[in-house]
Amino acid sequence: MTNDECKQVVLDIIADIAPDEDLTQVKPDVRLRDQLELDSMDFLDIVMELRKRHGIEVPEAEYQKLASLDSCAEYLTPKFNAAGAQK
Amino acid sequence: MQLPRIVITGVGLTAPNGDNLAAFRRNLLAGVAGISRIDVRYMGQLLAGVCHYDPLKYQKKKEVRVGTRAGSISIYCAREALADAGLDAAAIVKDRTGIYIGCTEHGNVETENEIYNISKFNYDTKYWSHYHNPRTVANNPAGETSLNLGITGPAYTIGAACAAGNLGLIHAAQMLRLGEVDLAICGGVSESIHTFGIFAGFKSQNALATHDDPAKASRPFDLARNGIVVSEGGCLYTLERLEDARARGARIYGEIGGYCVNSDASDYVLPNPVRQAECVRKAIAHAGLQPHDIHIVNTHATATPLGDIQECEAIRAVFGEGCPDTFINNTKGFIGHCMGAAGALELAGNLPAFDDLTVHPSINVDNLDPKCALPGLVLNQARRVERVDAILNNSFGMLGINSALIVRRFVP
Repeated sequence: MTNDECKQVVLDIIADIAPDEDLTQVKPDVRLRDQLELDSMDFLDIVMELRKRHGIEVPEAEYQKLASLDSCAEYLTPKFNAAGAQK
Repeated sequence: MQLPRIVITGVGLTAPNGDNLAAFRRNLLAGVAGISRIDVRYMGQLLAGVCHYDPLKYQKKKEVRVGTRAGSISIYCAREALADAGLDAAAIVKDRTGIYIGCTEHGNVETENEIYNISKFNYDTKYWSHYHNPRTVANNPAGETSLNLGITGPAYTIGAACAAGNLGLIHAAQMLRLGEVDLAICGGVSESIHTFGIFAGFKSQNALATHDDPAKASRPFDLARNGIVVSEGGCLYTLERLEDARARGARIYGEIGGYCVNSDASDYVLPNPVRQAECVRKAIAHAGLQPHDIHIVNTHATATPLGDIQECEAIRAVFGEGCPDTFINNTKGFIGHCMGAAGALELAGNLPAFDDLTVHPSINVDNLDPKCALPGLVLNQARRVERVDAILNNSFGMLGINSALIVRRFVP
């Protein structure tokens, strides 16, 4: 999985949990909370959907790594690739 | 002590056969039912009353996703009631407005959904939603409504089984009389069709209706009735003290005349006609009326073989043969049993009778059960009458809770 593919996975999840938001203009280097109406429960949703859909676990201490699309990709892409390698 | 007079100034509703009072009333007079077949988890196709309001009229998609069906129904009904009352939702005094919503139950739908969800993950509870608690707290429907409207006064639900819709109104009238709030949004809601448990429970009790034709399935007082059709729905009113309503030139649907809430203290599920009759008598006395002053009695009858007979026994005991101007109807033949919304919806369906002097019928009565043959029963066809000055609405529930609410024609 590439970083761009990983960002798309996160955007697909956000599209479901924040269906009123326009995601076409999301800036990858800006905190998601600063450009979208997302609260702490929504971030728990992102964590839950990563777990449900992709088997990816994000420990609470590392939630801040989901702050922006860029940081998501940096943090999650290796996890996806490690999970893929195990399969 | 002279208590403040309380009046109804707005109605917002969604029923299986109408999403506003005008459409609902039109279908009640025309004999149009709203029952269909839905797929119920683990059980297959069952008869149910489904509402067709547009949740996105007053909610964002995210609110609908995060919230509950009962919350969504409440928000829709509350906003519709405020608009109907000519009240600007943005301009009402937020800390002087109360939300009092009757519920038969709350939380079953959301709990069943989560158990189903984790069943897909080998019952690993780490997949259990963090929304479970806010969705299942008993005050959820009222709380979601307060969030949506920004209302900061008291907002809570009243658990009263299937008497809950009436209790929402009764409690609101009491709070207005005490001066706790200046405006009340009140009534009842139900999301019950989304829990298999209520269907399965009634089925195990041999109390779930069956019929080849969904529109004929709910048939109180008919000899062949065979149980309840479970429905969702909601009906919330705006109630105000008369002086406040008049000061702003509000249209007045009717005045809270009197009420009674009592308990059977005799069985978990079986009704008690002695206590039901006592409840109705006390409500009439509370209103300062006599039985012959009541012109419409809307029955609670749910189409169970025993329950209908017992309510008819109670009504016969109170009204007997000496009330020639008292007419009796039932709304569940049209909409099934809307549980926590039933009392509030069924009252709303009769309120226009103050203006059009027409009693909507009880439908689907092909062969009247002789044990339900009350004088004044309006069957299958709407009936024009000479006077409608007082409507009495019965709503009874499990664990023996009874309620009777009287609304009077408004006379300044």
